Amino acid sequence: MRFMTIYRPAGRKSLEADVPPTEEEMMKMGAFIEELSKAGVLLAADGLLSSKTGALVRQSNGSVTVTDGPFAESKELIGGFVILRVKSRAEAIEVTERFLKLAGDGECEVREMYDEPAAG
Amino acid sequence: MRQLFEDVVSAAVTAADTHRTIDAVWRIEAPKLIAGLARMVRDVGLAEELAQDALVAALEKWPETGIPDNPAAWLMQTAKNRGIDRLRRLKLASRKEDEAAREIEAQLEAAMPDLEAALDDDAGDERLGLIFTACHPVLTADARAALTLRLLGGLTTDEIARAFLVPEPTMAQRIVRAKRTLTDARVPFEVPRGEDRAARLASVLEVIYLIFNEGYSATSGANWVRPALCEEALRLGRALAGLAPQEPEVHGLLSLMEIQASRLAARVGPDGEPILLLDQDRSRWDQFLIRRGLKGLERAETLAKESKTALGPYTLQAALAACHARARKAEDTDWARIVGIYGALASLTPSPVIELNRAVALGMLMGPAAGLEIVDALKDEPALRNYHPLPSVRGDLLKKLGRMAEARAEFERAASMTGNEREKKLLLDRAKACTEAQN
Repeated sequence: MRFMTIYRPAGRKSLEADVPPTEEEMMKMGAFIEELSKAGVLLAADGLLSSKTGALVRQSNGSVTVTDGPFAESKELIGGFVILRVKSRAEAIEVTERFLKLAGDGECEVREMYDEPAAG
Repeated sequence: MRQLFEDVVSAAVTAADTHRTIDAVWRIEAPKLIAGLARMVRDVGLAEELAQDALVAALEKWPETGIPDNPAAWLMQTAKNRGIDRLRRLKLASRKEDEAAREIEAQLEAAMPDLEAALDDDAGDERLGLIFTACHPVLTADARAALTLRLLGGLTTDEIARAFLVPEPTMAQRIVRAKRTLTDARVPFEVPRGEDRAARLASVLEVIYLIFNEGYSATSGANWVRPALCEEALRLGRALAGLAPQEPEVHGLLSLMEIQASRLAARVGPDGEPILLLDQDRSRWDQFLIRRGLKGLERAETLAKESKTALGPYTLQAALAACHARARKAEDTDWARIVGIYGALASLTPSPVIELNRAVALGMLMGPAAGLEIVDALKDEPALRNYHPLPSVRGDLLKKLGRMAEARAEFERAASMTGNEREKKLLLDRAKACTEAQN
């Protein structure tokens, strides 16, 4: 089963400040990624920059609007994501709990990904 | 009454949830736990038993107490306590026993100071030692595969038995015997270095690929593929790439497995019948796995270049798989390149099987007559006497040349040689098609 864990850190300040992560934060995340790799469950992982360089593209009644970042109105911004291949939903949750312990306060949305039938 | 019922239901739900969580924790932690313990007690079998003891304790305690904050540390601590208990008991027993027991005691005593250190530190990379031990050449290939799934995949004996379609007691026996063989042969628990390392790594890669292949084209039984085994092999391959990231062939093998696995959905028809590579609907290939596979291949090639070593057999096979993965349509396949890679592969590890595959590629590039010439030269090869792809390939080339009667005979011969029922049916269908084309 493939799961995507979408991470939303609590408090958008640090995320939006464009302050690069501290060395300690980098080391913690590096250790975590390494750990996931060694457990054989990590398929992909990436962090996102602040929403300043992003854009919101919306379609309503067929007409498209593009709003440049930063996104003032959205409360929770996505900070990064991890794609896991695990045997069960419980395992995805277990891994996500470990992730949050390192990443600090915030929430993770854990979602099962569409899977090719023969490899389920 | 209603409240009581709800309480019972909710308790049952919590227990089930707890068991699922324990299962998840176990799958992630088992290899680390066993590896840390093995380094300390110098016996993989004993280490596995101690880890199992800790698991049983968790299954008893956690449904009542809830999952501890740091489940990994709890398991470590429990296993450690059981280990110390066992050492004490062994010491007591050995007082009454003979010289040999006293020798063991001395060894264990000497290991004691290491014990705490081994269990307290994270000991992550001990897992590499565990893979090398589980895949030690002193064991048979079957035993290596079973032990690797047990120690590094965190699978139960029952799960492994089901995956290999053997009764559970048979698999339990196989695992017990494998652990005993390691103990009797005094296989050291270590990551081999120097010259030894390459040979031992080859054994590890062989085991992982064997597990993958048993899932990818099941040699027996009613199903053509058993995806669960492919998944386990991929997980082991990814873990190995995390533990030994500088080894080109580790990335080569992972790339090969990922590209092959990308076709899992496409190589089985709606009724479970196998679909051959060139007939597959390529839109059903998993592009995510292909991208990962191509990236892994690049990494393997770069690492080989940096260390000034020639591309290894798995990297070359990954390169072959990549030729197919890159072709959006079967007719876009770069057969010239494929023939070239088979040539490189044949000079590295000469084998009639590779030669047979080269014949197929050459047949595609230059026409069936060129392919048939190579295949005919392989006809009397003793290593291929029971290898059903030989008559199958020969039948295919003959059919393309319009020699239907001969083609039919070859397909029928191939069908009589395979133990896989799905494959047998496919081959008999192809034989029948020859008869129809003839009339």
